Amino acid sequence: MIQTIAFYLFAILVIAAGALTVTARNPVHSVLWLILAFFNAAGLMLLVGAEFIAMLLVIVYVGAVAVLFLFVVMMLDIDFAELRAGFARYLPFGLMVAAVLLAEMIFAVGAWQAGGLALTQRAGPAPSDLPNIHAMGALLYTRYLYVFEAAGLVLLVAMIGAIVLTHRGRAGTRSQNITRQNMRRPEDAVRNVNQPVGEGVEL
Amino acid sequence: MIGIQHFLIVSAILFVTGVLGIFLNRKNVIIILMAIELILLSVNINLVAFSAYLGDLVGQVFAMFVLTVAAGEAAIGLAILVIYFRGRGTIAVDDINRMKG
Repeated sequence: MIQTIAFYLFAILVIAAGALTVTARNPVHSVLWLILAFFNAAGLMLLVGAEFIAMLLVIVYVGAVAVLFLFVVMMLDIDFAELRAGFARYLPFGLMVAAVLLAEMIFAVGAWQAGGLALTQRAGPAPSDLPNIHAMGALLYTRYLYVFEAAGLVLLVAMIGAIVLTHRGRAGTRSQNITRQNMRRPEDAVRNVNQPVGEGVEL
Repeated sequence: MIGIQHFLIVSAILFVTGVLGIFLNRKNVIIILMAIELILLSVNINLVAFSAYLGDLVGQVFAMFVLTVAAGEAAIGLAILVIYFRGRGTIAVDDINRMKG
């Protein structure tokens, strides 16, 4: 019973938050609604026993992606009212496309309910005696090891790409020049003098 | 009784909301990126629901990869947005034609 209530709670909240994300007037509110949607989606995933993905969703999306969005929204000085100008004009077309998509999907679910195609060849059967994280790790670090490393590579490329794209060398800043540091010999930098007493030091 | 159909319908509605968001906010790239995140989230819900339904963990593994790609996409997308804003002072997408592609 409580699962049913929890499901409907999470489902309604995730859909409402998603709808408010795309219709909110202020993009900061949009980001906050997006965070709510992610939290409730994590709840939905918890309900079916995928604890690891649920926690990952909270950590990655709420902790990293949403904060990134928030930073960008707040840092860029944008006239958002002007950006919303076409909202009403695109509404009928957007609603039409959305209705067609939704009808198709519900039709697909109905067709699938009537008798699914026999595609139930388990690729990685979930072991019942292991906790979710344990079982996922066992699968991830053995059969999907290369895919896992490729995912890490994707993240590395994304990180380097984001840094290269947004980095700008500003004029007037003093940065370390390692080649010049290494090229410098003691003869160029150090001078031995026999300093007479009572005279100033020549630098 | 909650079955997989309920999850599929939630995910379908979320996906459609994301697509609708792309159409409604044709000018605001930030909201478009958020709508894409919503679409990927709905895909993840689908993957996890089927993973639980079929007793097959591969769905959850791939949901993790989708998560990875979504994070990378958000980072690159926002980086492009920042440099675009730096150069133009606006993020209205309907006049992005700098590359004349």
